[in-house]
Amino acid sequence: MSHLDRRTFLTLGTKPHQPSPATADQTLERLPAALEQKLALRAAGPPTSGLTKYTGPWTRDEAIHLTRRALLGPVKADVDYFLGKTMEDAVNEILYAPFVPPAEPVNDYNNPDYTDPEVPFGASFLNASYDPGAEFYRAESVRAWWVRQMMGSDRSIREKMTLFWHNHVPVQFYETQFGSMLYRYNKTLRENALGNFKTLLRAITLDPAMLFYLNGYLNSKFAPDENYGREIQELFVIGKDLPAYFTEDDVKAAARLLTGWRTDGFSVFFFANEHDTANKQFSAFYNNRLIQGRSGPGAGDAELDDFLDMLFEQPEAARFVCRKIYRFFVFHDIDAQTEQNIIVPLAQIFRDNNYDILPVLDVLFKSEHFFDILNRGAVIKSPVDMVIGLFRCFNVQLPGNADLLDNFFISLQTAYRMSDMLQIPGDPPNVAGWQAYYQKPALDKIWINTGTLPRRGQFTEAMVLYGIFGLNNRAVIDALAWAATLSDPANLNALIDESLALFLGLPVSQAVIDSLKPILLSGLPNESYWTLAWELYEADPSNEMVAGAVRQRLQAFLWRVLQMEEYQLS
Amino acid sequence: MKRRNFLKNIAAGVAIPSLVNGLGVRAYASSPFSSFLNGLTTDTDHVLVIIQLGGGNDGLATLVPLDQYDRLYNARANVLVPENDLLPLTNTTTLGMHPALSGLQNLYNDGQVRVVQNVGYPNPSLSHFRATDIWMSGSNADEYFPSGWAGRYLAYEYPNFPIDYPNPDMPHPLAVEIGYSMSLSLMGPQTGMGFIISNPDDFYQLLAGIQTPAPHTPAGEQLAYVRLVAQQSRVYAQSIIDASGKITNQKTYPDTPLAAKLKIVSRLIAGGLKTRLYVVSIDGFDTHDQQVDPDNHALGEHAGLLQDLGDAIKSFCDDLSFLGTADRVAGMTFSEFGRRIASNASGGTDHGEAAPMFLFGKPVEGGISGSNPQLPASPTLDDNLAMQYDFRSVYASVLRDWFCVPQDDVPAIMLHDFPFINLFQAGLPCVSTGVHDANQAAGKSLLRCWPNPVRTSMTLEYTTAGGPVAIQVLDSSGKIVATPVNTWQAKGNYQVHWDAGDLPPGAYFCRFMNNGQQQTKTVVKV
Repeated sequence: MSHLDRRTFLTLGTKPHQPSPATADQTLERLPAALEQKLALRAAGPPTSGLTKYTGPWTRDEAIHLTRRALLGPVKADVDYFLGKTMEDAVNEILYAPFVPPAEPVNDYNNPDYTDPEVPFGASFLNASYDPGAEFYRAESVRAWWVRQMMGSDRSIREKMTLFWHNHVPVQFYETQFGSMLYRYNKTLRENALGNFKTLLRAITLDPAMLFYLNGYLNSKFAPDENYGREIQELFVIGKDLPAYFTEDDVKAAARLLTGWRTDGFSVFFFANEHDTANKQFSAFYNNRLIQGRSGPGAGDAELDDFLDMLFEQPEAARFVCRKIYRFFVFHDIDAQTEQNIIVPLAQIFRDNNYDILPVLDVLFKSEHFFDILNRGAVIKSPVDMVIGLFRCFNVQLPGNADLLDNFFISLQTAYRMSDMLQIPGDPPNVAGWQAYYQKPALDKIWINTGTLPRRGQFTEAMVLYGIFGLNNRAVIDALAWAATLSDPANLNALIDESLALFLGLPVSQAVIDSLKPILLSGLPNESYWTLAWELYEADPSNEMVAGAVRQRLQAFLWRVLQMEEYQLS
Repeated sequence: MKRRNFLKNIAAGVAIPSLVNGLGVRAYASSPFSSFLNGLTTDTDHVLVIIQLGGGNDGLATLVPLDQYDRLYNARANVLVPENDLLPLTNTTTLGMHPALSGLQNLYNDGQVRVVQNVGYPNPSLSHFRATDIWMSGSNADEYFPSGWAGRYLAYEYPNFPIDYPNPDMPHPLAVEIGYSMSLSLMGPQTGMGFIISNPDDFYQLLAGIQTPAPHTPAGEQLAYVRLVAQQSRVYAQSIIDASGKITNQKTYPDTPLAAKLKIVSRLIAGGLKTRLYVVSIDGFDTHDQQVDPDNHALGEHAGLLQDLGDAIKSFCDDLSFLGTADRVAGMTFSEFGRRIASNASGGTDHGEAAPMFLFGKPVEGGISGSNPQLPASPTLDDNLAMQYDFRSVYASVLRDWFCVPQDDVPAIMLHDFPFINLFQAGLPCVSTGVHDANQAAGKSLLRCWPNPVRTSMTLEYTTAGGPVAIQVLDSSGKIVATPVNTWQAKGNYQVHWDAGDLPPGAYFCRFMNNGQQQTKTVVKV
């Protein structure tokens, strides 16, 4: 398969900023009392709380924090739903919801420029033969389909974990442009997202897309290719957090061990005659393990199993993945204390459960540490969090089956908007995943620079005012319908309070709240004017003069709130 | 190869916004724009400063018809300012100004204030929201416009905005609003046309580079970082900071919020911004009670507001003269309605109808348009002042006589026909057509429509980046009335002929959509 050079497509963003040192002597605005208490005790830094089960209050703020981090949101209906449960049941539902496999992607891309010669419009392309002319559209169709899975995800962490694993064991769509193969890769991630990490990693090692992406399909005893043998250790299991863990000889041994696997993009085959049958000697880091060389049709599987067992015996393997989970869901900075209080015990749970993922998430999301007030709002939203979260928060609708092409086109444009902001699902910049999840010290600050931040603002402005359009449809925020979902939209203070709680990662001062009232009140002091306007609208929603007055103010309000820097925090 | 085209087209869709919007401050500061700014003299375009008096200003207390003082006394003794406290105006004996407006009186007597009496519109709304929307959009009472009159003017003057803005022809914001959010006035047919400075504090931060306090927590540290980038990346921030920094010496202003806003406006004008429109506001005119001090009717809430207003305007005009910009700056006040003739029992006045507007500045023709309001002999609580001028006549006249919009083009902006009023000095120089032509060409045009105005067939020529493309024609209410193009096309230039013959005469907006971008052109059917 040709590796088309499409890097330029993904590197349009500007170079990330280095983080600024925190400004000294920042005075406090209004903060929650619990936070002020904590602050009285200690200086800024990651919280000290541990993995003990959280038994504190379960209020709107905690439910919002949980849905913001574990799901793509927070969606008001989800927050209400979880508030009707205990924290424990809420987390259980998020983690243990039964998996309903989504409908598969179909040809939704036939357009006046291009018609798939084999697959009719509306039909599945997953079993179609590889067609270099069609694969661009098929791959983009998978990408758009994936974006819609995230937009439409339910109260399960599965979509977010699918993205997590994509970042952890990535392939790049533009490097492996083959629609059905990329769909299979995505399916493997989604099905295993909450399963067992060893199982996931084994499946990904022998995944056709990964075999292409990291050259496994070229790896033979005649010409070993070290690419996958290196990355599985350095990026997928052991990590590179500390130098000199494993040796170059370990990379060579792994490469030899992985020789002989071939794929046509649909199936994976083991070619025993291309497999290196000699023994593989690993270094002291792996306790000088000798993996016996095998021959015959089962050799590749047997050696891979031995190899994975060896990798996962390393305590660092569990710690490495737990750090990534922590960075993805909790906070970017892992200091010595967090390492000791959180990462080490989580890793032990991971190992004790033979690398099952759910026990780790269960303890983490129910912990005092997760709900620690100091952890709230401390994550800079990724582009996926921001963009998909906006769609979900406002229940922005796509045309769906009523207009497949627009459905494709609008979701793809949404993906490209995220690309503008440096994160397009399917195309992390390289095999290490997105820098924001590993590049210290900036980490999630990498998402925000003078190029990306205005694009975030323009995206929210577009969604509030006119939306993303296809040929016949638009995906746009319906401000009136959104306001109607709030607890008490006729009450100005309740509307502002609830909106800010949902959208902003940090509480804002009374002065800021006061500055928002005039937008909804046209500068008038009497808050009942808003109530009156809303009630007039509710009484006669089809009257455009009444509806327009309310809509225009809600749009201006949302426009402003979604431009606030606090909106970028999760 | 077709998929390559598709990819290129899509990729262009990613690239173009990044060019439009990616003009980060650093790139911007090192561009020729800065030096352009430094070389700027004071001969640029005319500037209008709009002051919104939020809440509904009591016109009868602002300008008191002395010829009907007895009737006023019958109607509103509990709020009426004593006759001998009122300020005289030159060339009229029948009108007295509120004593708190000494600053405005001073300007009036100096020939720098134009009063337009009894301004309103037919079937006025007494709802704050609805009336504000009407005044900002310029709609009739029974129609809804989703765009503002000033926004439509800016869309007319800069038809390619926001594609490829800022650019050397227009490196600055088209409009600056010092307010909480985008007001309807500055909404164009598709998007906001103004640069919003959410409040003066924020503005000072912008100018001074001060960081808003963030809590000393992990989240606060993240917030401080995002704010820093936000400050660095405001597309127009550097030009505003540059302009502001060039003016170090200004006249003294009173210490009021409105004066602070106008002081900034004056600084930006003198500092060389090519921005045409500034919008500021002062709220609190909804004086249902305690309009006056019961012990001294010349004092009280309303007097305080008028004092702030008159003094701020006076300082502003003095400062304009001091900084040499007075010849090209005019100001205008508006309020969503006046107040009732008769006062209420709570010592205030309820929502009313017609009221005066003020235009100020050296370019205006000092004096009074219209006659004193006519009061019934014994006004009741239901009585209202009749309108003499439609507020949109004032807007239309500003467009024609101050912004030099050809008279025939004004209805396309105002969306209706209104008679003109002479408000400005005769023979004011208009900016050269070269400036207007440059504004027309600034940015990147994706859609061209001719002939305009159109009788029957109009040619729409457009440039697509490939993929889905649509051109919709919207009426003034935002309703789609025609879709001349709705297809999928390869990248290139195209022409279609659209038959507009069935549409009723009036102004329409032609909206071009392709590749994640929109551009809207105003077209007129005759």
